[in-house]
Amino acid sequence: MKVVAFGATKGMGRALAQLMAARGDAVFLLGRDRDQLSRSAADLQIRGASGPVGMAVCDLLDTATFAPALDQAAEALNGFDAVVVTAGLFDSEERLEADAPLRDRLLTANFTNTVHFCELARVRLLAAGGGTLCVFSSVAGERARKPVILYGAAKAGLSHYLEGLDHKFRAQGLRTVLVKPGFVKTGMTAGLKAPPFAGEPEAVARSVLAAIDKGTPEIYVPGMWRWIMLVIRMLPRAVMRRIGF
Amino acid sequence: MIRPSTPLQRVPHTSEVHHDVPLTELSGWGHCPVVQGRELLSERFEASTEGAALSRGMGRSYGDSSLPASADDIVACSTLADRMLAFDPDSGVLRAEAGLKLVSLNNWSLPRGWFTPVTPGTHFVTLGGMVAADVHGKNHHRNGSFGAHVTALKLRVADGSIVECSDDQQRELFRATLGGMGLTGHILEVEVRLQAIPSPWIWAESQRFDDLDTLIDSLKRAGEEWPYTVCWVDCLATGGRLGRGILMRGRWAEPREAPAAPPRPKAAFAVPFMMPNGLLMPWAVKAFNGLYYALHGRRTHRGVQHPEWFFYPLDVVGEWNRLYGRHGFTQYQCVLPIEHDPSLPRRFLRHLSARGGTAYLCVMKDCGAQGKGLLSFPKPGISFALDIPYHGAPTQALIDALDDVVVESGGRIYLAKDALTRAEKFRRMEPRLEAFQRIRQRWDPDGRLRSAQSVRILGDVM
Repeated sequence: MKVVAFGATKGMGRALAQLMAARGDAVFLLGRDRDQLSRSAADLQIRGASGPVGMAVCDLLDTATFAPALDQAAEALNGFDAVVVTAGLFDSEERLEADAPLRDRLLTANFTNTVHFCELARVRLLAAGGGTLCVFSSVAGERARKPVILYGAAKAGLSHYLEGLDHKFRAQGLRTVLVKPGFVKTGMTAGLKAPPFAGEPEAVARSVLAAIDKGTPEIYVPGMWRWIMLVIRMLPRAVMRRIGF
Repeated sequence: MIRPSTPLQRVPHTSEVHHDVPLTELSGWGHCPVVQGRELLSERFEASTEGAALSRGMGRSYGDSSLPASADDIVACSTLADRMLAFDPDSGVLRAEAGLKLVSLNNWSLPRGWFTPVTPGTHFVTLGGMVAADVHGKNHHRNGSFGAHVTALKLRVADGSIVECSDDQQRELFRATLGGMGLTGHILEVEVRLQAIPSPWIWAESQRFDDLDTLIDSLKRAGEEWPYTVCWVDCLATGGRLGRGILMRGRWAEPREAPAAPPRPKAAFAVPFMMPNGLLMPWAVKAFNGLYYALHGRRTHRGVQHPEWFFYPLDVVGEWNRLYGRHGFTQYQCVLPIEHDPSLPRRFLRHLSARGGTAYLCVMKDCGAQGKGLLSFPKPGISFALDIPYHGAPTQALIDALDDVVVESGGRIYLAKDALTRAEKFRRMEPRLEAFQRIRQRWDPDGRLRSAQSVRILGDVM
């Protein structure tokens, strides 16, 4: 597989790229920080990625970087058949409510700009006859909950968009994989108290890789969160108003 | 000059308390002790160590080595810093971030014909932890401890600066860091020379012996021929049978002996939740030991073995520490120099048995020469590792008594396992402590780096 990975220097994206490298996939890295990109490229190379692991600077807050980065990836990989997007921002509800510029950045990055990036990736994948677009959304987009209203709203929009892509383009060969992580212990969630059923990035990455290989349109990780969210979606409004979860 | 008994002067951290990092319960593998602490998990481990009092990996040390001295101290967790940075297939030298797990390293290296030169009895440890504890393994008599194979380290020292050290560069700091329990600086990157192996499988033999003296003799003799040796000892057997056990010896299989395919990583079955206290009852473990011993039989078993089964038999059961219940357990590991007094091990076990010490698991190893790590554990002799359920004061009294034997015999204990040894006893076991503290004083004059263990045992100020 020839994979473009956006946001793979950290968290679940890193764990997933490591698994792909270990089985000999070709990987091209997109991310903000050149130093971190080159450390991750070295890692994936040593772990067994086929061919040199390339990289390009690509910033979710700067849409002008998207097309050149994808073009560079296509050139280095001689075409790609999968794009994985794990890049995204996170912050606490309190800070997002208090800080308008921060709120703007997070909503723009996690929804508008992620969609712009996916549109560019979609066009390129379809032009090549199809491929996989795997995007990390969140269970926070499933039901509005007090601690993740703004973050969840952006993720809800993103999930909605990806479901639409699946409906419209699957027949033409675009396989979207919408990943809905529950709580996973990465640097992103480091300031939060881990609930029961918190996942580890490596185990999550194994499930996501299986979903990518099968073309599963939607996956909850850890799998338990499918059932947790099923219950939460059914809770009446009166209950949601009262609980802090 | 600072004397070992003089506590390091301590200035409060200038950095504010990280209220961002929630207070959680932290403990080592023994669940004894359990403390409140702030653990900071980040992929940017290097940045996260700034202002932290300690760093920790997987928390597999048994006692309080990886625990903060105070709930206000930040403990930086390295496990998300797991990237390999450089590998030279000619020399086998690997450089990686300190949070790289040994299990990931092994899964990568075994099919490529390499293995860590030294492995502890679990693969759920990080490279940084292996350096901090200067771990040893079944091949100590042959390869020494892990630090002997470490070629360079990158540290964040107490003043916040980043220092590269090795035998040629900041040698003193380098040697104090090997086995220094993370108290000389945060270990950020580790460079180590891997060992080339003829195949990824182990050729193993095991044989049982009816008494301790024969077992030790056989262990010593096996060490002359075999790179890996270890004994399981039945500490709950009574009378003349006390100290009977099974000797296991192994080497890497030659390609013609080994299966064609590399070993597949084993999936672990995990103990799903904390078991009730007292689930492991002495009579049950005693019966299990008797059965294990009897089932082995008199003949010598030989054959090719999965490396995980040979090196990490307990890892097959995930979270096995939960079997001991909420009160937890302590592992007591000491090395006894037997050169001048071969009767020491027998006296040690009699002592344990006479004090009603119930060591559920006892592992005996052959230690070779002392390494270059300034506080590193192994020295020539016989090492015992005992898993002892924690029952409060009686357990403390037992550890005090065992420590007395160790002090008298000129042995020492292993800090990575310890939870209960008293400072004054540790000082009497450790003539190198003064030199170690001097180097800490030089690199950390304000006493910024500390752990619950360093407060308990080295006299650091809270």
